[in-house]
Amino acid sequence: MEIAMRDAWGNALVEKGKTHPELVVLDADVSGSTKSILFQKEFPSRFFNCGVAEANMVGTAAGLASAGFRPVVNAFAIFLALKGTDQIRNAIAYNNLPVIIAGAYGGLSDSYDGASHQSIADIAIMRAIPNLKVIVPSDSNQAEQALEYALKQESPVYIRLNRNPMPEIEKSEEFIKEKAIKMIDGNDITIISNGITASFALEASKELEEKGYSVELINSPFVKPLDEETILKSIRKTKKVITIEEHNIIGGFSSAVSESIVKNNVCCKFKAIGVEDTFTQTGDYKELLSFYGISKENIVNQALKILN
Amino acid sequence: MDAKVKTLLENPNKKMNSDELSLLSAFFRKNMWDVLHQRGTGHWGGSASSTELITSLYFNRLNIEPKNPKDKKRDRFILSKGHASINLYTVLANRGYFPVEDVKTFRQFGSYLQGHPCMTKILGVDMSTGALGHGLSIGLGMALASKLSDDSYCTYVMTGEGCLNEGQSWEALMMASKYKVKNLVLMIDYNKVQLDGTMEEIMPLDNLKDKLTAFGWHVNNEKYDGNKTSDILSSFDWIDSDDIWPKAVIYDTIKGKGVSFTEGKNTWHGKVIDDESYEKGLIELQKDIQEKGVRLWK
Repeated sequence: MEIAMRDAWGNALVEKGKTHPELVVLDADVSGSTKSILFQKEFPSRFFNCGVAEANMVGTAAGLASAGFRPVVNAFAIFLALKGTDQIRNAIAYNNLPVIIAGAYGGLSDSYDGASHQSIADIAIMRAIPNLKVIVPSDSNQAEQALEYALKQESPVYIRLNRNPMPEIEKSEEFIKEKAIKMIDGNDITIISNGITASFALEASKELEEKGYSVELINSPFVKPLDEETILKSIRKTKKVITIEEHNIIGGFSSAVSESIVKNNVCCKFKAIGVEDTFTQTGDYKELLSFYGISKENIVNQALKILN
Repeated sequence: MDAKVKTLLENPNKKMNSDELSLLSAFFRKNMWDVLHQRGTGHWGGSASSTELITSLYFNRLNIEPKNPKDKKRDRFILSKGHASINLYTVLANRGYFPVEDVKTFRQFGSYLQGHPCMTKILGVDMSTGALGHGLSIGLGMALASKLSDDSYCTYVMTGEGCLNEGQSWEALMMASKYKVKNLVLMIDYNKVQLDGTMEEIMPLDNLKDKLTAFGWHVNNEKYDGNKTSDILSSFDWIDSDDIWPKAVIYDTIKGKGVSFTEGKNTWHGKVIDDESYEKGLIELQKDIQEKGVRLWK
């Protein structure tokens, strides 16, 4: 069953609110969209609607965290990560305060609102901030697991969520051990998905298998810390890798993987699939993803190019 | 006189009176002048402006225990104008948070006394600051936490004009007012001089009281001289005089206070104190200590 990540997130906040009295939730006038409104209904005194003022919301969360609370700040990823960058860096991460920063409507998922609302630079910015862990869940299960994981940390975590119902992948407990998830073992090529691209990568792998290729399929919700061990072991074996992300190919997940490859002197063929450093546009979500190459078809095509 | 001041500082937990605070401020101001000259870095103008305010908070007002700096129920202070770090460090050291001699390592490589206050490195610093405009949001979070945990500690946030240039401060003013947050005090070190020029030249905050009132804050009617400890103690009385929140206090101050040729001069915001200026200023600062000591022990 396809459940939108934001619905899973809202429900998970309510569930964790029951067992974590220190959990407080803040939103920037988009609680109906992020679904933090569900928490507000259950725990009104522990919910703060800060208005459309992301910088102040993030700063307020830092103050709450410094006094022992566990704040979760919610807003659209692009506005939270970009309007709140200074506060995320200087008030939260510099002090290593355990605030959970939940960027909703990540990637292109706010498709009809257009480029102003589509978040394709948030991962690049967030992962360059010391102390801050960065997770891009692939489905509703991983969104719930990400919250569970983040609540166990004594440091801040950025979780980038998606707006729309997307296919679920098989749940794995590896994820919350900061591990990449090996979905299929193979020898010819490594395909690594990040975020909602996981189901496309899975479909592409099946098609490539049908064409006679042996694909090693990995899903990596963590951008930081990156599970270099699993990823590099696979690339050393296959010597060919494709990364897929819902982000600009500059600075995000593919950059993290390529940095790791170069840093560790691994020799391979490499292709990054993602938004090719362009401003995106309005439209149906799946149509948009497909237009920017984030699709099963493009993964298959790119893989065949590398394989042949 | 320095020896006599040190006697006063032997009992830093004592709630100091106006004359004692005045003498301590003069003493700290001179020590700040020394360190900034020795180190050749730091911000004199804004530090000299807020000296009496920060001294009065730590030696008269805040409910704190330096031996237990992380006490959950302690009052909090956020120096949003974090560039006045030498002022905060001098006061914290003399209040007993860390050795006074360490202040000399200010801004040096390997020192825990970072250029701007850092809460993870320095005991007594309740929040790291430096990027202007952050303090009030963070203080708001602390005040909300105080309420949520059913505590009654108070959070004091000090800004200058620079912080109030930042839009974030006005976001925080709106939200604090929305939640009618108790135990949150905004202290404005209003010296009306910025880095590049006067406040009027850079970004006028005219009718500041009206602005804050319009944002739903309870603001002092009476004028307070933020370089006069008797006025500061009166402002504390005003804070305690009613239960209307959140509260803002505008203190009229002088940037570069205490050294005549630096007073009111934007050029002394962060200028290195050269040897000649140091010697000239030192005479004035020592005279001030002398006069305030004589008044106290007459």
